[in-house]
Amino acid sequence: MAQEKKGFSHDLIERNTLLLIVLVLITVSIGGLVQIVPLFTIESTIEKVEGVRPYSPLELAGQNIYYREGCYNCHSQQIRPFRDEVERYGHYSLAAESMYDHPFQWGSKRTGPDLARVGGKYSNDWQVAHLVNPRAVVPESIMPGYAWMKDRPLSYGDIADHLKALKIVGVPYSDEQIANAKADLEAQKNPDGDTAGLAKRYPKAVVANFTGNKTVTEMDALVAYLQVLGTMVDFTKYQSPKQLQQ
Amino acid sequence: MTSATLTSGATLGSQRVSEDVRYHEDAIRLFVIAAVFWGVVGFLAGTFIALQLAFPALNLGLEWTSFGRLRPVHTSAVIFAFGGNVLFATSLYSVQRTCRQHLFGGEGLAKFVFWNYNVFIVLAALSYVLGYTQGKEYAEPEWILDLYLTVVWVLYAVQFIGTVMTRRESHIYVANWFFMAFILTVAILHIGNNVNIPVSLFGMKSYSFVSGVQSAMVQWWYGHNAVGFFLTAGFLGIMYYFVPKRAERPVYSYRLSIVHFWTLIFLYIWAGPHHLHYTSLPDWAQTLGMTFSVMLWMPSWGGMINGIMTLSGAWDKLRTDPVLRFLVTSVAFYGMSTFEGPLMSVKPVNALSHYTDWTVGHVHSGALGWVAFVSFGAIYYLVPVLWKRSQLYSMRLVSYHFWTATIGIVLYITAMWVSGIMQGLMWRAYDNLGFLQYSFVETVAAMHPFYVIRAMGGVLFVIGALIMVYNLWRTAKGDVRIEKPYVTTPHKAAVGAA
Repeated sequence: MAQEKKGFSHDLIERNTLLLIVLVLITVSIGGLVQIVPLFTIESTIEKVEGVRPYSPLELAGQNIYYREGCYNCHSQQIRPFRDEVERYGHYSLAAESMYDHPFQWGSKRTGPDLARVGGKYSNDWQVAHLVNPRAVVPESIMPGYAWMKDRPLSYGDIADHLKALKIVGVPYSDEQIANAKADLEAQKNPDGDTAGLAKRYPKAVVANFTGNKTVTEMDALVAYLQVLGTMVDFTKYQSPKQLQQ
Repeated sequence: MTSATLTSGATLGSQRVSEDVRYHEDAIRLFVIAAVFWGVVGFLAGTFIALQLAFPALNLGLEWTSFGRLRPVHTSAVIFAFGGNVLFATSLYSVQRTCRQHLFGGEGLAKFVFWNYNVFIVLAALSYVLGYTQGKEYAEPEWILDLYLTVVWVLYAVQFIGTVMTRRESHIYVANWFFMAFILTVAILHIGNNVNIPVSLFGMKSYSFVSGVQSAMVQWWYGHNAVGFFLTAGFLGIMYYFVPKRAERPVYSYRLSIVHFWTLIFLYIWAGPHHLHYTSLPDWAQTLGMTFSVMLWMPSWGGMINGIMTLSGAWDKLRTDPVLRFLVTSVAFYGMSTFEGPLMSVKPVNALSHYTDWTVGHVHSGALGWVAFVSFGAIYYLVPVLWKRSQLYSMRLVSYHFWTATIGIVLYITAMWVSGIMQGLMWRAYDNLGFLQYSFVETVAAMHPFYVIRAMGGVLFVIGALIMVYNLWRTAKGDVRIEKPYVTTPHKAAVGAA
């Protein structure tokens, strides 16, 4: 009001563009800084667990197809600590389990079921049949079919570059893993070949000719990724700090 | 200066002194055309993917037409293409009048921003369909497109802020506070959420710098504030210019606008973690997110009250001016969604609502009811002014659009409430032997009728938009429909007859 002369008046801000800009920038920065910065500094943010490893090259290629097809639009990868979710999907999700996901794929909508622990839940053949035509195995499903993906050769000539890029952002790929990236990718698709190196570098990686094709196809990669989801952590050695809620 | 003279003086400034300034309007006409075009595209895309959920055969078995690739086309088309062009048009139109100054950088810069922003939109949509995505909701464009958008955005900021800095009015009008907060914060969010490492300089693929829990927090800091600043602060700027102009009343309360501006922009930034309740995000962050989301109810309703009460003394116009009806109904929807949002951010409520269609319904009550309706109101206001016509082709058609779209929204959000709450309850239902009562796919099957109803709501919304396109087209041509006029008051009608 005009009669107020003492102290601060908003009038000052309304006359000074730079002051308005600076005050807006300060005001909108505080919340983000308080919520984001500590996640990088508080050590307990990510639990110390055994078993979580970087994705094998074939799993990584599969994850990139998962991103590409926008699976996150309908599937979450985040089991909440509720009785029904734990019974339906398995142990609630740990932060450590997505620590190598650049970016995270927790999702926001379950048009389809959660996939955080889908690994090993169905056979490879079921996964392929379901991806080709979901309604062939689940009649009520509303998921799109991905038949075109089954025989399409996977493009993986630059797979080592992907590992290198991920190493820059903090995924601990070793030089040995990067050097063997292409060979490991092909080995995971060939159960008759020598998979000792792959098994050593990527424990629990599921080795199979998923689609039955001679070449490595996109669906081989996607199923290899789905089959490792949620299987890495050794829960016999994990002490839960949380009680189940609800 | 008193509150009354400040607000009315600024809103009515253009009429008072417009003779000595030649406002730039060519680019604004382009922005309006693009907004209407992308609106129809976005609504059609949304209706199509809604039908895909009801009838999965509509995915067509092609990689380019699957739900997973088309959903980002829908969200980007409505938020960034429709909403973005509306914001450019309205902000660059009103900033000239409230600053009594033509655009800083002139038509050339405005047209440059127009073409490059819309080329960005087309490239982004093409890239989704072809399978290039960062895999983050509402932030799908890959790194090279993000860089392109950053350049365009900086130029827009220079034009808008430059116009404010060279203003001939002594004060910066309240609408411009909101537009500036929107422009600055969206820039911060866009850059903060898109720090990526490309796999190669000649490829589209990149990996985000942060991962897992940190990437979740950064993404929803971005995602929620895309709502808070792109779809709220920016559109509140529209409200603060166009509602007073159309109602020919000053803004209800100057003080309320100050309090609600600063509290809104301060609190919104904290709300992101409510998208991550009960996840692996640490509890302290979830609690902060919930607390600030509940507090956010207050400034949101402060804005709603300031918008709706601006009609004090002019309520009768709701009966006779369907354009004002769009504007005021939008503010009412804003009030409804900003009550529902804090409710859904409370953790036990969120335990039920999260991952279900309730969230989708909530988003659309805000997006259709608030964002689209306030946009329609502003567009109906702008087209006769920009094309130098004395009036719209037809006010009756505006009213038909209003009712068609409103019924569409009601069908949409009620269907999503029912299906969302039903699915949430089915997921947690146990039978009397202690087993989970429903398999997941049984809950999917149960939602089918609601997906059909929701798609019908979308169809009605599209029909309403097509009525608008026809009306605007005839308006631009200079036609006037012969129709029964809306009577101002019975008294005046009697005078007119005599």
